[in-house]
Amino acid sequence: MTISLDLHMYLGLSAMLFCIGVAGVLTRRNVIVVFMCIELMLNSVNLSLAAFSSQLGDPTGQVLVFLVMAVAAAEAAVGLAIVIALFRNKQTVNINDINILKW
Amino acid sequence: MELFDIAFFVFAFITVVSAFIVVFSKSVIYSAFSLLFTFFGVAALYVLLHADFIAVTQVLIYVGGILVLMLFGVMLTNKIVNVELKTGTLHTIPALLLVSVVAGTLGGLFYSTWKGDVAPPPPPFESTTKTLGEMLMTSYLLPFEIASVLLLVALMGAAMFARRRTKT
Repeated sequence: MTISLDLHMYLGLSAMLFCIGVAGVLTRRNVIVVFMCIELMLNSVNLSLAAFSSQLGDPTGQVLVFLVMAVAAAEAAVGLAIVIALFRNKQTVNINDINILKW
Repeated sequence: MELFDIAFFVFAFITVVSAFIVVFSKSVIYSAFSLLFTFFGVAALYVLLHADFIAVTQVLIYVGGILVLMLFGVMLTNKIVNVELKTGTLHTIPALLLVSVVAGTLGGLFYSTWKGDVAPPPPPFESTTKTLGEMLMTSYLLPFEIASVLLLVALMGAAMFARRRTKT
């Protein structure tokens, strides 16, 4: 039994990465760091998809990883554009100060 | 096969440690640069999973595209004069609670399926690039096209947003 192809190792690593990303999204105040943590969570999901794909011998999971990457790129571009527009208007990237939509 | 195990643990260690640095580093620049190591670690894990095309795409898109975008974002949103690269944290206790709930759920799933009937892995398929290209052009053509249109629209919208508004 080789560990390298064992699904559980990859899934455990993916879960750890996802939890680290959740912790970052919940605790950090800088919008850009929050974006990085979202990318971390997307990466962990991609990793588990690739692990399942390798385990099942079915490349469909890798197609999904490819599409998730495309959506992640779009998300990062739009998100950073919003951050830059916000910074131009409010001179801050602290999510505590970005509260004009808060009731 | 022993080499594979060592490589897995080395890359997993690099990935997790640099992910920790991303989250807990006080400096945004340090976070961005350790995110680089996380992305490379995940790319190496893709290689170990025999997903060569995905590994190369990971390096190209994440390291070459998204990380550079992040660095631009860091540089553009920090005033050089008053250095406010340091950021604090907030809501540590509720966040800890929520993270432990998520971790408990994932860990419970992990352990409840630990000795499941995992089928022995099939012999690894060779280079996946040809297979992936065929699948993207035949059975997954519609998602592929939707993703490409989404990417186009999103990038155009991002350029619109980030452009300085001209007085007309």
